Amino acid sequence: MMTPPANPSRRAVLGGALGLAAAGVLGACGSNKGTGATTGGSSGTKVSLSQWYHQYGEKGTQEAAKKYAAEYTGAGVQIQWIPGDYPAKLSSGLSSGNGPDAFESHLERSLVSSGQIVPLDDLIADVKDDYSEGDLAANSIDGKLYSIPMINDPQMIYYRKSLFEAKGIKPPQTVDDLIAAAKELSDKSVKGLFAGNDANNTGGGLFPAAIYATGGRLLTPEHKVGFDPAKVAEVLVKLRKLSADKSLLLGAPTDWWDPSAINQNLCAMQWIGMWAVPGMTTALGADDLGVFPFPAADGGKPAVISGGWSAFVSAKSKNVDAAKAFTKWLWVEKTDLQEDWSLSYGFHIPPRKSLAAKASKLQSGPAAESVKLNTEYGVQGNPNWTPAMNTALTDAVTRVIGKGADPEKELAGAVKKVTTELDKIFG
Amino acid sequence: MAQQTTAARAQLQTERARPAQRTKAIHGQRRAFWLFIGPFLIGLVVFVYFPIIWSAFLSFFDAQGTVTPTRFVGLGNYVTMLSDKAFVSSLVTFTAFAVLIVPTTFVLSLFLAVLVNRVRVARAFFRSVFFLPTACSYVVASLIWKLSIFNGVRFGMANTLLGWIGVEPISWLSSLDPPWYWLVIVTARLWLQAGFYMILFLAALQNINPELYEAAFVDGAKPGWQVFRHITLPLLRPTSISVLLLCLIAAYQAFDEFYNLLGAVEYARPPLVYLYQLALGSQQNFGLGSAGSLILAAIIAVVTVLQGKILGFGRPSD
Repeated sequence: MMTPPANPSRRAVLGGALGLAAAGVLGACGSNKGTGATTGGSSGTKVSLSQWYHQYGEKGTQEAAKKYAAEYTGAGVQIQWIPGDYPAKLSSGLSSGNGPDAFESHLERSLVSSGQIVPLDDLIADVKDDYSEGDLAANSIDGKLYSIPMINDPQMIYYRKSLFEAKGIKPPQTVDDLIAAAKELSDKSVKGLFAGNDANNTGGGLFPAAIYATGGRLLTPEHKVGFDPAKVAEVLVKLRKLSADKSLLLGAPTDWWDPSAINQNLCAMQWIGMWAVPGMTTALGADDLGVFPFPAADGGKPAVISGGWSAFVSAKSKNVDAAKAFTKWLWVEKTDLQEDWSLSYGFHIPPRKSLAAKASKLQSGPAAESVKLNTEYGVQGNPNWTPAMNTALTDAVTRVIGKGADPEKELAGAVKKVTTELDKIFG
Repeated sequence: MAQQTTAARAQLQTERARPAQRTKAIHGQRRAFWLFIGPFLIGLVVFVYFPIIWSAFLSFFDAQGTVTPTRFVGLGNYVTMLSDKAFVSSLVTFTAFAVLIVPTTFVLSLFLAVLVNRVRVARAFFRSVFFLPTACSYVVASLIWKLSIFNGVRFGMANTLLGWIGVEPISWLSSLDPPWYWLVIVTARLWLQAGFYMILFLAALQNINPELYEAAFVDGAKPGWQVFRHITLPLLRPTSISVLLLCLIAAYQAFDEFYNLLGAVEYARPPLVYLYQLALGSQQNFGLGSAGSLILAAIIAVVTVLQGKILGFGRPSD
């Protein structure tokens, strides 16, 4: 057995201190990674998983996520609640290998082509029929399912019925009706519509509903541009009028996904998701809250954006099987927790048809109307629509709505860029 | 004699021993040097030089969603970036920002320095007051500007003041006609950085020999603008050139205030925000992003050298 020297030299002390510091740093790195580590305990070693969520606005969601993780006995699950630019942080984490084992996101082709996620078909094999075709398509690429739908979030326009009634306005049926209503409802203290703090330039939450309202889609099933630029140009020019009429609420302290603006009587209508219905009904009363889809453009039909979140497993996880087992447990098997996640905080439509059918909280008032509109007019995202395509189109839209640029020329440029991207992917 | 010989031998031995001691001391110094410098040098190589070299390497490859090169594309990424309307537009945004921020920072910091230099009481207090914002995070300052001072609703601080004189609320960050967002961006950065440059000017002002002013007064110079223009300003030339260079480089590096105040909107997206969006944001295109960052680095280097040449940075007379 070695014994330490009675009087260690300065060099030995310095060396020891450096060693301890290095051990500390390495230890910190290890615990910070959250992947592949094991935790000891009376029951022996247990796989430790890291699960990432974006920051939900509804009170109680973070605690709920932690509660679900604590209930799971198959592994230790650490919850990372990520505020700010979640997609960017997630992308860096996944690329660098320091990301989560399990996470929520939206399916994009690049996640598959760069080998960052694993297929999850086997997780829902027994209950596949309980998901809608639309949900399965939005979570699949090249016939493989890469993510399990967690919640569906329809987005549309919610409004104050009392303000509409006071001015004798009916829910808009056309884009022109929407523009006229927004103008009529605007005065010094209340603006007609809130669709985002930069909706006068980018269209805010109204994009890409404006494209869907023309009857178009971002992409066709054959991977071509799915909209008619001439029809979209017409709608964009109309959206510019909302700004010219000073009908838009701009520069609010929170953005369109938070109900503060409509709750504080800053606007008469707000583009927002069904998640905010409990908050809005508490503030305004269910009787004063109405809802309608983005109105039809000429020759098109009304549009609702069917957003949502899905559960993924990172291919770079050191415990892919454990992460898949946890994901299956939480987002396939534990229907009571899925129901809690969908209905106890904000309102979301449970993706499982069996759960949606018995969701009593969604069967009355504005929530029931939202579900109905989503069924009728909802359009889901396309996993082949890449961020590069999105940047090209939103830049063009910004130049048209914000700067009054020639819409057909701008859209033609965006279509060209989108087509180039599609050619790169699909040849 | 024998004693003298013994003493001489002892001295000789001591002198012979000295080089060995010196060598030992030099070794000790070298060891201490590497002990203190080594960790930082390793950090510099690992976290700065290696990423730059790897980025230069990646810029010739297709690398999307991965930092491992997948397909050699030669100069393809450079051609794509230089023909990318959004990237070129981001360079235009930067130019507009530099044109606005560099002269205003220069004038304001010089004005503050002259002001503080003239104050006879509580000079340290005023110096601290103007310097303190430098310690504030750009993110925090941006949020204060966005949420409190320049929010677009009627109860924002700026809009409340305007309301008192009957002006309707202005959407500061999304108005393009006129482009009020520049006022928000420029004032945020002025508040954050003017204090730092003020300190540089203040140090330079305090280095000017007071006898020069006395001589000028004896020669009939009038206090105020005349003395400032003919004595102070020429003597501040080296500091002025440094401030202009630093301001321009800082303007190129604009990211935090743009990103936090405006996001990544097309009309106010400087190069770093666009490259962040392209490489580190959801696009994760490291090949294109690397090419863009090297183009930007080259532009910064060229403009800095040109500016230095034009302004005479490093002239012997300085």
